[in-house]
Amino acid sequence: MNYPSVHLAAEPSLDAFGTDNGWVIALKALLVFVFLVVFTLFNIWFERRVVARMQHRIGPNVNGPFGLLQSLADGVKLALKEDIIPKSADKVVYVVAPALSVIPAFIAWAVIPLGPVVTIPFTDIRTPLQLTDLPVGVLYILAVTSIGVYGIVLAGWSSGSTYALLGSLRSSAQVISYEVAMGLSFVTVFMYAGTMSMSGIVEAQAQNVWFILPLLPSFVIYAISMVGETNRAPFDLAEAEGELVGGFHTEYSSLKFALFFLAEYINLVTVSALAATLFLGGWRAPYPLSLWDGANEGYWPVLWFVGKCLAFIFFFIWLRGTLPRMRYDQFMKLGWKVLIPVSLVWIFGVSIVRVIQNEGGVDQQTLLIIAGVIVALLLASAFIPEKKPADEPAEPAGDFDAFAGGYPVPPMPGQRLPDPVVTVPADASQDQPRSDARDLDAPTNEEQSRG
Amino acid sequence: MTPELVVFWLLSVLTVASAVMVVSTPHVVHAALWLVVTLGAVAGCFLVLTAEFVAWVQVLIYVGAVVVLLLFALMLTRSPASTTGATSRNRPVAAFAGFSTFGVLAVVLTSGFRGIVLDLDSQPDQLGGAAPPERIGDTRSVGEAIFTHWVLAFEVLSVILLAALIGAIVVSGRVRDRDRQEAAAGGGS
Repeated sequence: MNYPSVHLAAEPSLDAFGTDNGWVIALKALLVFVFLVVFTLFNIWFERRVVARMQHRIGPNVNGPFGLLQSLADGVKLALKEDIIPKSADKVVYVVAPALSVIPAFIAWAVIPLGPVVTIPFTDIRTPLQLTDLPVGVLYILAVTSIGVYGIVLAGWSSGSTYALLGSLRSSAQVISYEVAMGLSFVTVFMYAGTMSMSGIVEAQAQNVWFILPLLPSFVIYAISMVGETNRAPFDLAEAEGELVGGFHTEYSSLKFALFFLAEYINLVTVSALAATLFLGGWRAPYPLSLWDGANEGYWPVLWFVGKCLAFIFFFIWLRGTLPRMRYDQFMKLGWKVLIPVSLVWIFGVSIVRVIQNEGGVDQQTLLIIAGVIVALLLASAFIPEKKPADEPAEPAGDFDAFAGGYPVPPMPGQRLPDPVVTVPADASQDQPRSDARDLDAPTNEEQSRG
Repeated sequence: MTPELVVFWLLSVLTVASAVMVVSTPHVVHAALWLVVTLGAVAGCFLVLTAEFVAWVQVLIYVGAVVVLLLFALMLTRSPASTTGATSRNRPVAAFAGFSTFGVLAVVLTSGFRGIVLDLDSQPDQLGGAAPPERIGDTRSVGEAIFTHWVLAFEVLSVILLAALIGAIVVSGRVRDRDRQEAAAGGGS
């Protein structure tokens, strides 16, 4: 029932693109760039203030009104720092990596629709508030942001540092895993919208409802995977400060570090904008505002769009202020064993519903009842506890030697630490707690003297 | 020469040159990076040939996932600055295999597609109302082609992929079983 040609007939369809002259394109590209940089400065301040408020602090409030210029001051500080290239670094890759991280973040914004077709002030030129659009716009964003992973992976690898390497190792596995879930969550949107073009999807939501309502599970899956995709807390395993110093950017300083920072915050805005466009009606005004006729005309939609993005960014900050970092294996388990199977089943269900709707066999109410029953069953099944593998060999497997490999390792499942050998001197009982530590230290000292 | 043709030739030269770098650089990770350039340039070629969907899928899958996975494996198994391991003793055999594959593909593709002209300026009606000129190479035309004309090839490929998937599960499962047996045997003795 919803073929792309039907939807694309309305306002900023694909036909509205590709007609701008040179300086309009340049102006729009420049404006997108400036918007992103300024929005990033704002977001850093916003995050610091909101997290501070959540922790009963005040946050930066000295530089400029409400401390708004704090990020600018920090940027200048970063620029004036000494630029260090480690001796063991792979120089070319080390220098290219920050650029690889930040450029895709910027060019992904080429297809994000910020508003309808507007007239440029002081001229008669009418142009859509979107740099350009492609028939496969969402795919373009996915592809371009997936290039951004190279920035992180190569930064960690080329630093020639263990912490950075571990960070990039985690990041590469993480982003690949969550990209699958992310891509799958879009599939249902494409099925409902009948197009992959960003402006087409906004248009499709204007004709039906916001896709968050019929496609709530997709939205939830996307919301989880977008946090994983941007390496943000609680999924910030690539730069886990507590474990990896700074992760992939440990060795970076000065402007190169600033570029990673910039890329992270732009990606934050990108995934928020994508969520707003695909699930929350894009630049179109939310319900009470949409009663006003002028809400979807002129430059007002930019305001609604930025507002929706800010709501998502607040959600990101809220997560960061609330949740502890996940362990790596838990994180992978969530991605591969929960998000991907659930989204596959959901795609299956949605395609059945779409076929039934298109054939017109069953009416809306029956469909909703069936869907409700299925959802209830799924929810019920979620509460059935997972069967634990009971046949895990509880064999003693000899005494576990933590220092067998030369450096201390924790015991594997099934292995048991030997009871600590406590040598209590006959006379001094207060030495007792310290003797444990001495026993543990002994092998490492041995190792050092051997090497 | 039209500008499109110039761009296409530049991208082709880039593809071939970076492909040569992939096999000639002694550094494994650098080889993977040159592979990124090759695959990206191929995507660019697709773009010039108006195969927009295929181009972005190429970037998404090959550049964004396959090579990242490759780098992941490299970083997991080798020390970061290792330069050894990229050179192979059976270079002549590899070269022979590569060039003969290239020859077969070149002959098949040129004999199959020579003389085919995609008329981008034609009106929608002449294409049976299916694809207006700006939609050639987008999801709809690709989907229609796959699920009508090429459906058999599509199904065969799906079965092969499924087999590979099951194979991967079986292989990884078996290793764990063997480990467990060995651990049991080791514990028993």
